[in-house]
Amino acid sequence: MRDLGLRFVRHNLFWPTLALVLLLLLNLTKTPDFFSLRLQDGHLYGSLIDILRNSAPTLLIALGMTLVIATRGIDLSVGAVAAISGAVACTYMAGSPDESTAGRAVIGMTMAVAVAVLLGVWNGFLVSVLGIQPIIATLVLMTAGRGLAMLITDGQITTVNNSLFAKVSTGFVLGLPIAILIALAVFAITAVLTRRTALGMLIEAVGINPEASRLAGVRARTITWTVYVFVAFCAGIAGLMIASNTSAADANAAGLFIELDAILAVVIGGTSLAGGRFSLTGTLIGAMFIQTLATTIPTMGIPAETNYLFKAVVVIVVCLLQSPKARAVLSVRRSSPLLTKGSAA
Amino acid sequence: MTTVISPPESPAGSPAPRASRGFTFPTRFLPVIATIALFIAMFGVGSFRYEGFSSPQTLLSVLVDNSHLIVLAVGMTFVILTGGIDLSVGSVVALSTMIAAETLRAGWAAPLVIVTVLLTGSVLGLLMGLVIHYFEIQPFIVTLAGMFLARGLCYVISLESIPIKNETFTSFASGTIEIGDYFITPSVIVALVVLVIAAVVLHMTRFGRTVYAVGGSEQSALLMGLAVARTKVGVYVISGFCSALAGLLFSIYTLSGYNLGAVGMELDAIAAVVIGGTLLTGGSGLVLGSAVGVLVLGLIQSFISFDGTLSSWWTKITIGVLLLVFVLIQRLFTRRTT
Repeated sequence: MRDLGLRFVRHNLFWPTLALVLLLLLNLTKTPDFFSLRLQDGHLYGSLIDILRNSAPTLLIALGMTLVIATRGIDLSVGAVAAISGAVACTYMAGSPDESTAGRAVIGMTMAVAVAVLLGVWNGFLVSVLGIQPIIATLVLMTAGRGLAMLITDGQITTVNNSLFAKVSTGFVLGLPIAILIALAVFAITAVLTRRTALGMLIEAVGINPEASRLAGVRARTITWTVYVFVAFCAGIAGLMIASNTSAADANAAGLFIELDAILAVVIGGTSLAGGRFSLTGTLIGAMFIQTLATTIPTMGIPAETNYLFKAVVVIVVCLLQSPKARAVLSVRRSSPLLTKGSAA
Repeated sequence: MTTVISPPESPAGSPAPRASRGFTFPTRFLPVIATIALFIAMFGVGSFRYEGFSSPQTLLSVLVDNSHLIVLAVGMTFVILTGGIDLSVGSVVALSTMIAAETLRAGWAAPLVIVTVLLTGSVLGLLMGLVIHYFEIQPFIVTLAGMFLARGLCYVISLESIPIKNETFTSFASGTIEIGDYFITPSVIVALVVLVIAAVVLHMTRFGRTVYAVGGSEQSALLMGLAVARTKVGVYVISGFCSALAGLLFSIYTLSGYNLGAVGMELDAIAAVVIGGTLLTGGSGLVLGSAVGVLVLGLIQSFISFDGTLSSWWTKITIGVLLLVFVLIQRLFTRRTT
């Protein structure tokens, strides 16, 4: 029984899940009806649904980021890609004579995702073919990307009037928000592809040692390239959600800092930035945690802007928990001094 | 052990082995010369296209508008030379402006304010450096936490921007130093002094040499008995100090504390360092290059303001393209030597 408990505590997802649950319970102390869900016009309403809906863009990008980080890479350009995607979709729709038809929305969104995928191909090319460090390769697009988005929207906030497009973020299917359903679908597909096929193991192999995995017959370059395309694809859809939420493309503000939130979600979920292993479920919990934190802070009567402060604390705590060095220091402190002396000698 | 002792390369045929002393001079300065050439070329094109661009005041104005960025890039150079990165600098700049504005509003004396700000930045850098070195966590994520922390503290100080009305600060802001028909501000002098001190520290002290050694190979530096811990933590303290100083210059430039200010300034600083020819893997680069990198970024802005028809977003796109070009050149350069 004690062993079972210990195994439970030692499980990778124990701490992130515990943190999420505690945070949710903290909300309950302030707002007693926090967990209540109302069914209205066939839609579910409630704080939990809001958290799910608002976490969708971060979750999507974080899923892609998980795979990128698993190959020991990083993608800083996702926020810019999201902004470009929203800009493409909105500019196309606003520019066409029949902007409110469903057809225009479909074409616009397809174009936006296609552009995002192209940008992913570009990032992947820089990293896998030219061998530029991921942080710098994606920094190029992170810097230039917002400029490109502004170039597309001509520096304006482009608003569109299209009910199908608006549904991407605000619509409901089966009582649940469409946004989170899309994110969960991507989650499920990614999980099946990486955990029910060898793909996940190959990605981890590339993350542990690209050269060795190449010599072992793994197509390291193709895999690295693919994960950057995948994260850009996710960022493209996330960009559509962000733009759809306000039915407008804001090249400056859309997806600002979302790359950091996504990385944070991945790290909270227990995926190491050193690459080589990843947990998609962890990322899911991480993304929920970040959104719950953003909801909790105003609920507790603290200014929403201080969100950053709490995120900083979370990053530091999570990193210290993951750091082997910090763990060693902690375990030495916990065990009796005599024992430490003995083991040292 | 991962270090492999390779036999010395055969001197015949191989052009100028890197290790030989007499030949290190040109390779070390090559990236900086490339950046300076780019700067001169841009200035030439600008002078050719726009009336009044060729005036020395254009160059001096670039210095005036970017003195804080020079200080920031100098600090960032130290960090990148050791193979690290500091994402917190933009937020620390914002935090410094907030601390300065708030303490001045509370009636503190200007010297005390300056010391407080510089101390805060240095302590933040020290904390990040300690965590990076002793807990072996990637600089990227630690300084990301530092970025969030500093930005959050800005909002703890005040949710609104605060104007600065202190006489010392305003007189410093309006003060000009005339050079013939042209002028610069005291901030430029501060930035140039920082640049000179940084160059002296990097090239004439044991600490500076250790910075390069750690960037070249931390393992080797450790085996050579160099003070790796002190150096690695030290560069983050320097970066924190420089960010705080840049924050002071920025608060003088804008005469306010603004908690949303300097968003993305860390990217400008990193871009300037890369364009200045410092290798992001560490171990190679000069602070002079970073300063020229800042001037290149500044000149892009002058181009756009002189042109009048170009929109502001071309700044970002151009910086991205320049970044790409320099990263590609670096890549070619490192491939050839390894």
